[in-house]
Amino acid sequence: MFDVKKLRADFPILSRTVRGVPLVYLDSGATSQKPFQVLDAERYFYENSNAAVHRGAHALAEEATDAYEGARQTIASFVGANVDEIVFTKNATEGINLVAYAFSNATDKARQGIDVDQRFVLNPGDSIVVTEMEHHANLVPWQELCAKTGAQLKWFGLTDDGRLNLEPGVIDSSTKFVSVVHQSNLLGTINPVREIMDMAHAVGALGMVDLCQSVPHMPVNVHDLGADFAAWSGHKMLGPTGIGILWGKSDLLNVMPPFLSGGSMIEMVHMDQSTYAPAPQRFEAGVPMVAQAIGLARACDYLTNLGMQNVFEHEQELTAYTLEELAKIPGVRVIGPTDMHARGSAVSFVVDGIHPHDVGHLMDAKGVAVRVGHHCCWPTCRRFDIPATTRITTYIYNDKSDIDQAIAGIKSAQEVFGSPIAVGA
Amino acid sequence: MSEDLYQEIILDHYKNPRGKNVSIDALAESYQVNPTCGDEITVEIGQNTDGTLLVSYDGQGCSISQASASVMSELINGKTPDEAAPIQEAFMELMKSKGQLEPDEEILEDAIAFAGVSKYPARIKCALISWMALSDAQIKAELTSTTTTRNG
Repeated sequence: MFDVKKLRADFPILSRTVRGVPLVYLDSGATSQKPFQVLDAERYFYENSNAAVHRGAHALAEEATDAYEGARQTIASFVGANVDEIVFTKNATEGINLVAYAFSNATDKARQGIDVDQRFVLNPGDSIVVTEMEHHANLVPWQELCAKTGAQLKWFGLTDDGRLNLEPGVIDSSTKFVSVVHQSNLLGTINPVREIMDMAHAVGALGMVDLCQSVPHMPVNVHDLGADFAAWSGHKMLGPTGIGILWGKSDLLNVMPPFLSGGSMIEMVHMDQSTYAPAPQRFEAGVPMVAQAIGLARACDYLTNLGMQNVFEHEQELTAYTLEELAKIPGVRVIGPTDMHARGSAVSFVVDGIHPHDVGHLMDAKGVAVRVGHHCCWPTCRRFDIPATTRITTYIYNDKSDIDQAIAGIKSAQEVFGSPIAVGA
Repeated sequence: MSEDLYQEIILDHYKNPRGKNVSIDALAESYQVNPTCGDEITVEIGQNTDGTLLVSYDGQGCSISQASASVMSELINGKTPDEAAPIQEAFMELMKSKGQLEPDEEILEDAIAFAGVSKYPARIKCALISWMALSDAQIKAELTSTTTTRNG
């Protein structure tokens, strides 16, 4: 196991104060803080090798290209992927949209009689399956796709303890695509994605997994997920903003219509038509985010040095402690699994009589940064009949004293509001 | 300290909302939502025979948004549009003040408790949502002030 106190020294921001008190950062599910090693890697690139990649014959262009493609290799190895299966995107949202637009564009082309891979063609009567715990990023693109193609959106509902209700009949012979979240950013639930992907493949559908909350927090091998595509973001795993990853099987990536078209993604260009490069270049039009890729690769190295199994165990211990301590406060209810079975580190809760915004605001007064709101999971909140939650998310740099501060913050909110509160109708 | 935000007046209006969900003969209504946090409010507006305003609201959200709606309904109910306008203007001014304005209690009464809110950019929208709904409903019902131009 790693030494939390020691590694905290790698994160300059953790030593600052907010509102006159030391910062307790418990919002890593929204974005993680960055160690100086990642910041230095980006700075080193700009100071020493900065050039546009995949063009130019000069020494800097070669160095930059090597650094960029080397970063792709490091990131691929981190999740057990082949290097040509890793597409750099702006963020996870863009990765999911890239796949949604492959369906949309293939369907448009098919309707014009252009020969496309039929696996990406949607017709009225076809269905796309998601779950009721998806982040808006893995819901709205599929709603849009259905609206454009006439396909129908279906979803797995949730049990009262925040698990998927994998009822039969949701995935059926009409299903062409299934996209599910690996770990819920609101509930913390870790879903049986392999089982769901197998269900998809059994009816001939393709499948995708949203890995935003799993890759940063546990060992993930993309080939073990049983999926065809996966997407996640760099900034939640110690990396910079502005970079995400789409993983896809090469045979699929190479038959998908392009998403963004332009320079760098072509094979041959004529005035009337063009052909496209194989993946991943096929999906990386324009000068890409080189420094961010290098920063993200350095973040992968940082996590590899800690050991992802160690990261997982560290957070499991913290999450168990968080759940235990929350259970001791009268009037606090956890939304999501209250035991540690198949559960990650996002812990959402509501406090009787105090709106989550007020809870978060009063925790902030104690220096404790937590997320409040619907966490881009508005339908999930609606499922639990709550407007919003307050959410604690931990990472490698948190320890039990941070949780103690959070608990003290919740109690102070109850004091301000005078608990228990009967709120008028 | 942030606790200053939660003045007694605000907590009192939150726990004991005034004018909420009152049945009125409405001429128009406005539904407003804050998509970042999910706060929702519907303000209904009507007119008494003497020309004064009738205001009712319903909604859910944080203490700031709910207390602000309660204070708003208390201040605006029974006022003519011309009497309401300076109050609405003063509240908008206060929210834009970044904590630098001494609110006029003569005009704003209980609403002076929201002075602290203007120091927290993330919470200003909470305090304003019901007032925005009020302005919108007034425009729809053509019950705006005839003497003042407001920017609400």
